Amino acid sequence: MHASVTLLYFAWLREKIGVGQEQYALPDGVRSVAGLVGALRQRGPAFAAAFESKGVIRAAVNQVFAKPDDAVAPGDEIAFFPPVTGG
Amino acid sequence: MLSVRVQAGDFDVGDETKALRDVCPEAGAVGSFLGVVRSNAARPILALTLEHYPGMTEAEIGRIARDAVERFGLLGCSVVHRVGRLDPGEAIVLVLAAAAHRQAALDGVGFLIDWLKTSAPFWKKEHLADGTQAWVDAREADDAAAAKWGRL
Repeated sequence: MHASVTLLYFAWLREKIGVGQEQYALPDGVRSVAGLVGALRQRGPAFAAAFESKGVIRAAVNQVFAKPDDAVAPGDEIAFFPPVTGG
Repeated sequence: MLSVRVQAGDFDVGDETKALRDVCPEAGAVGSFLGVVRSNAARPILALTLEHYPGMTEAEIGRIARDAVERFGLLGCSVVHRVGRLDPGEAIVLVLAAAAHRQAALDGVGFLIDWLKTSAPFWKKEHLADGTQAWVDAREADDAAAAKWGRL
């Protein structure tokens, strides 16, 4: 039994992956944003393509911008998106 | 007084200004910025679609607004940002800052819009005249504009 996190994807990341939101069982040993990206890239060609340019993608944990080393834990809301272009 | 709204519908600059002035009776200056959907001959667009991250958008703009109030001694500020499909010429964003004097009001507006553009989670997609669609790339010039204010 794995505890899950809520994953959100926005803009072209959402289009490449094909869903905007999902529940995801956090694999054993995944405890950081970078670790999570690594696990997601193994989920298939769409994920690999979406997360190909690692330096470009931004992340937020519980609606606050996060860095690769920041922690992730069961119950978190974790969002991935390209650099923002509002205003 | 801080007001942050994300909405699909249009807004009225006069109504928004009056609402801010009503809650900031000691303001001697109100600075404003209005962002508009741009189309030109070099790159004609039919429309923009604006997507956002509900919840984080409001939180992030609120954080920037609280920083602006503290940094420039604002009496209040107001941000309205639209989402969804917008045609050229339509308003996208309104930033208002009320202060005792003009310099704080103008600086507050500049700070708010520069940081909003680089950290509020909105994304623009252009609908081009040839029928294609393209996500707008982030501009390094926007990062530089925000950076000149110093770190949040």
